[in-house]
Amino acid sequence: MDLDALTGCLASSACLVTQTTSGFIIGMLLFLVAVGLTLIFGVLKVVNFSHGAFYMFGAYFAMTAYQYTGSFALAMLCGAAGTALLGLIFERVFMSRVYGSDVLMQLLVCYAFVLIFDDVVRMIWGQEFKSMGMPAAFQVAPLFIAGGVVPPYYLLLIGVALVAAVILGLGLARTRIGKVIRAAAHNPGMVSALGINTGLIYGGVFALGGMLAGLAGALAAPVRSLTPGMGFSVLIESFIVTVIGGMGSILGALIGAILIGMIRSFGSLGFPLFTEGLMYLFMVIVLVSRPTGLFGKEVA
Amino acid sequence: MTELQAEQGAPALDVPHTEAKPRRNRDALIALAVFVVLALLPMVFSSKLLLDFVIRCAAYGLFATSLNLLVGYTGLTSFGHGMFFGLGAYGFGLMMQKTGVPIPVAFVATLAITFVVALVIGAICVRLKEIYFAFVTLAFQMLIHSTILSWVSLTGGDQGLRGGIPRPAFFGIDLSNHVHLYITSCALLVVGLLLMRQIAQSPFGYTLRMIRDNASRASFVGIDVWRAKLTIFVLAALFASTGGVIMALFVSGAYPEFAYWTISGEGIFINMLGGVTTFLGPMVGTVLLLILNDTVTRWTDYHGIVLGIVILFFAIGLRKGLMDFVVEWYARRRKGSGQ
Repeated sequence: MDLDALTGCLASSACLVTQTTSGFIIGMLLFLVAVGLTLIFGVLKVVNFSHGAFYMFGAYFAMTAYQYTGSFALAMLCGAAGTALLGLIFERVFMSRVYGSDVLMQLLVCYAFVLIFDDVVRMIWGQEFKSMGMPAAFQVAPLFIAGGVVPPYYLLLIGVALVAAVILGLGLARTRIGKVIRAAAHNPGMVSALGINTGLIYGGVFALGGMLAGLAGALAAPVRSLTPGMGFSVLIESFIVTVIGGMGSILGALIGAILIGMIRSFGSLGFPLFTEGLMYLFMVIVLVSRPTGLFGKEVA
Repeated sequence: MTELQAEQGAPALDVPHTEAKPRRNRDALIALAVFVVLALLPMVFSSKLLLDFVIRCAAYGLFATSLNLLVGYTGLTSFGHGMFFGLGAYGFGLMMQKTGVPIPVAFVATLAITFVVALVIGAICVRLKEIYFAFVTLAFQMLIHSTILSWVSLTGGDQGLRGGIPRPAFFGIDLSNHVHLYITSCALLVVGLLLMRQIAQSPFGYTLRMIRDNASRASFVGIDVWRAKLTIFVLAALFASTGGVIMALFVSGAYPEFAYWTISGEGIFINMLGGVTTFLGPMVGTVLLLILNDTVTRWTDYHGIVLGIVILFFAIGLRKGLMDFVVEWYARRRKGSGQ
């Protein structure tokens, strides 16, 4: 425990800015992963345990695309599109077979793919740590805000995630497809009876969730190291985010992700060894006081 | 089915009670026979590998079977049951390293600690339903894991409890002797399984099934659901903790992985592999998983892929655990030939 470091940081505007920014980028990456998780749970009622693998694949796809093309935009596109396709195939070929059977069986299928995907990455890209490197366009002098150092890439990352959040939120609330998806989450039988292909919606939502996780992985690739199994800690953290925010709530995922980002960022100053513990403690406190999360509704 | 009768008939709790008596004797006899066979094993096969395998089966088997009391019998899917496995290993290991009390005292004290911790955590957790119960247990598990990692002065942090656990002899049993350790592990396993079997077959066990099938109905007939869930949560924790003690004795140490959530994941996985509706399903799952792990890791570097495909076979192919599948298949066949 190092409370002096924490109070010292809270008193200094430079440190405050740096830590808040770093909390925000952790939070925004988590949000992109968690919102996919929450969406899949909301519509398909499946807890997608293999979601972290999509984050991992997003990062590896982006790195490979960047190495071959040298284009950052293409790398992002490959990360997102590749995982969307993967999500679609995964849902249609495997997950759709266990709908209606025991929830634990769905979990087991996901768990099987966590093991398989990690080994597939190990086979293709090798066991060792990889790094994509910062694209040239962002290798510029950092910005100084109130004395705090903020790399421009961080701003891009936060911006992209926020844009994705807005598009997703508005898309679900306003567009026809969004309404159909919400209807399918509520009453799939009725939607199906109206002549809408629910299988297609399920596949689409899974692909969308996979795409968001893949995008997060691609965005993280320049600033984090890549390793098989990297999806796992992200998975656990995004579970915490969805549970804190309330399973199925997009706003909840956003707030939960920012809270967890801040806990990680400031907690690492005050409680370097217990940062993870703080997250779990927070989750326990939230769940005990509000069993369905901050923005969750009681599901009958 | 007795379960249905217990739910529908007025003298609900008497139904299993009258049946339980001859069964109790039969179970005890089977347990004794199994123990004798296991205890004689070292005389026939002198392979240390085999004895090690059985000891590990005892540790994981107690853990997995106790988890099934929650998952299969009560419908409480705990993702954090491994915390009690870790607690058993660390509690016992620390007690032996720091205090020098005799092993039986340390064992009982470990169970007492587990009892208190499980009571507190369980009281908070069992209020929550389904997925939220799963997540809050997971959070507690990780909280304990984080505590172990950060409390370096007590637990050794990520290095674990090293330097070996002293194993002084008691009542003529010397647990640093491999065969003694083996027989003690077998005894703990058999006694543990027998006790859990008694719990499962008792009126209380049938109450648990009723809560699993229809909790609101159970509370209408006057059952305190919260109390029953908490009771089984604590009982299951005690057996998981015993598994942890065996593990600590076996590796002569305790490591943070024992309290990591993957232990709970493996427990769930073992249950799904072996089956959750038969009492011995988790035991079968334990043996399956350990054999699978041992052979596959020897055979290929990519054991995740092999394990994953096996899991897919169970999840998508059988859609249930092995014992569940066999029992159902047998019942169908018998019904078919009777007609």
